[in-house]
Amino acid sequence: MKLSSDFFEIFAIPVAWQVERSQLDSRYRSLQQEFHPDRYASKGDVEKRLAVQTASLINQAYETLKSPLKRAQYLLELKQIDASQDSHITSDGAFLMRQIELREELSEVRDNADPFAALESLRTGVESSYSEQQSQFQAQYQSQAYDEAFNTLAKMQFSAKLLDEIEQLEADLEDQ
Amino acid sequence: MALLQISEPGQSPQPHQRKHAVGIDLGTTNSLVATVRSGMAEVLSDEQGRELLPSVAHYTSEGVSCVGYEAAEHNVSDPLNTLASVKRLMGRGLADVKTFGNQLPYEFAADDGGMPKIKTVAGLVSPIQVSAEILRKLAGRAEIAFDSMLDGAVITVPAYFDDAQRQATKDAATLAGIKVLRLLNEPTAAAIAYGLDQAEDEDQERIIAIYDLGGGTFDISILRLSKGVFEVLATGGDSALGGDDFDHAIADWLRQQIGMGEDLSPIEQRILLEAAKSAKEELTSSEQVELEIHDWQGTITRPLMHGLIDGLIDKTLRACKRSLRDAGIATASISNVILVGGSTRTPRVGEKVAELFGREPLCSLNPDQVVAMGAALQAEVLVGNKSGDDMLLLDVIPLSLGVETMGGLIEKIIHRNTTIPVAKAQEFTTFKDGQTAMAIHILQGERELATDCRSLARFELRGIPPMVAGGAKIRVAYQVDADGLLSVSARELTSNVESRIEVKPSYGLGEEEITSMLQDSFSHARGDMQARALREQRVEADRMIEDLLAAIYKDGDALLDDEERRCLKVAIEELRDLRESTTEHRPLARQIESVAKASEEFAARRMDASIKSALAGQTLDEIDKG
Repeated sequence: MKLSSDFFEIFAIPVAWQVERSQLDSRYRSLQQEFHPDRYASKGDVEKRLAVQTASLINQAYETLKSPLKRAQYLLELKQIDASQDSHITSDGAFLMRQIELREELSEVRDNADPFAALESLRTGVESSYSEQQSQFQAQYQSQAYDEAFNTLAKMQFSAKLLDEIEQLEADLEDQ
Repeated sequence: MALLQISEPGQSPQPHQRKHAVGIDLGTTNSLVATVRSGMAEVLSDEQGRELLPSVAHYTSEGVSCVGYEAAEHNVSDPLNTLASVKRLMGRGLADVKTFGNQLPYEFAADDGGMPKIKTVAGLVSPIQVSAEILRKLAGRAEIAFDSMLDGAVITVPAYFDDAQRQATKDAATLAGIKVLRLLNEPTAAAIAYGLDQAEDEDQERIIAIYDLGGGTFDISILRLSKGVFEVLATGGDSALGGDDFDHAIADWLRQQIGMGEDLSPIEQRILLEAAKSAKEELTSSEQVELEIHDWQGTITRPLMHGLIDGLIDKTLRACKRSLRDAGIATASISNVILVGGSTRTPRVGEKVAELFGREPLCSLNPDQVVAMGAALQAEVLVGNKSGDDMLLLDVIPLSLGVETMGGLIEKIIHRNTTIPVAKAQEFTTFKDGQTAMAIHILQGERELATDCRSLARFELRGIPPMVAGGAKIRVAYQVDADGLLSVSARELTSNVESRIEVKPSYGLGEEEITSMLQDSFSHARGDMQARALREQRVEADRMIEDLLAAIYKDGDALLDDEERRCLKVAIEELRDLRESTTEHRPLARQIESVAKASEEFAARRMDASIKSALAGQTLDEIDKG
């Protein structure tokens, strides 16, 4: 099985940071319409197995292109930069200080009189810096400043992780 | 040399026969079988016109004596040998069973696999065997209705079932001799039944929440329905929470009122449960119910019952909120809420669900039947009767898969709510010089500690070439198929040695155990099973010959050289001869396997070609648009 095409090629879109979500979604559906294992349910075992592999690849490509973080990692990987590790160390001292403050803020949310409001304001802040980081990544990637882009990716990872933790805390608070 | 007949497309050697497929809802309390007739899903009834089949089997010293209503009659008189609610035990370990063991009156015994077996007068019985009896009964009902063999079935499982529970369900079907077209999640099945029912606004994208409360399981699924594509965005639930728990909560209240101790005989347990159940059912229409048990008399009012069950319903609502969050969907964007499962008949459930979602739930289809009906519609497409051009299901894995790491922690490999099928790979290295083996422990669940998650399997990788520590690179690949079932393979990369993997399911049946159980059931009716197996292999041979001839006709010129083509044709011709001449199924099965092997490369090339053409098609679209 060759299937060596890169994810952008599978979705027939240019290799770039910017992706059109509606285009991605509709391509995804039409690809799965053709290759999903359900389309091969009455075929032989070999065809079934191939369909599982192909559909898995399409799913992986979709997951990667949909997520800003995974897409950024993947773009750098295509430039032979290994960005698959979960956390990179950024050397931006001010950024790291800010992260520590944000984490402290997160850990104090529970003690707040209105924890949901505190969480929401924290989230708004992190979301806005996450989106700034994404624009930054886009600019650096476009001007082929891959080292800088790599550094921005590390910051994006911080933000994404923090957003996950905010979600998690919100879930825990709601469950109580 | 025999001349090969190549038929033109549309003139296949045998006219395309309509296949017989069913959808089976294998429930905790009741099971159903449905099929599609003239485009409509309908539930099949037994000779007495009854649609439900109680999921109960009664055992005597001879073995299974009866299944269904007849078996349920032994509930009170012979509780230890009347096996009900076994769905709760599927794919479970003895430890799990002990935690809710007081709710089931059976005596359990562990077997080597760690899976509990039930002690009966017929000896130890596995929950998988009981499920197989129920499936066999339903398949028999379908075969009478079709007056023909069954070609395949879609069997539904709670969306929240983990790998072990799904595998156990599939094993039960194998034991019952049923070809499983797909394991389908119950809420997704319900969505199909409703989705196709309301095809008028097909162009509009809708977000649907399916709240499915059965006897023993709870599922919530959030789906996006767009142009016939059912995309599950998130699923959640509790595979050990259901309407039966309402009964237990009420029964426990009764026990306290009556002043009975905690140690009840199986018969006392049954009496209390039956009373609780009938009180619950009566309270769906009346405000209060009078009860009389032994010398005790009392009243249960609706508010009293609500007090007993609200905590359980709240648990389901928390799971709903979590799934909405996972799906990234606000309650306001939900277009429909669908109620599924017999336990949603309790009005309190509908009230609280309506309150959470801020809209009245739909329940226009019979909540007992909707899952089987959806499964039947899907079976019709999968078996190949309907082209199903636009209906497609994209489901997700309900619980994260991970491996145990140092310190008993779990590293997630595939996160919950990832669309399936999905493949992930992971690289490991050796930590000692000359290390030739490695143990991997696979788990499923969301908790951080391995001990809090479900153990699925332990693997031993052997035959790693001895190298210095850190020298070997072992790539472990995890594949979850469209049924949500996991398979694992491993390869040592530096030497490219495929390591031997021993899979030992933590719960469930080993391959050998299934084979021996199958042989046991064969020996009961050997001639019958032989004939059946032969028929199945012939159908398979026909399918293979037809498919391959069509493939050669279409792509042979482009993708095969003369020699490859000749070899394939010889293999097909041999298969066709054997199909006509043999009276034994085994040689035919072997020949089918060898033709499959011979055509493997061709199949791979065809798949690759169709991917290329799909890509090319998209690129052309792009040019057209530009």
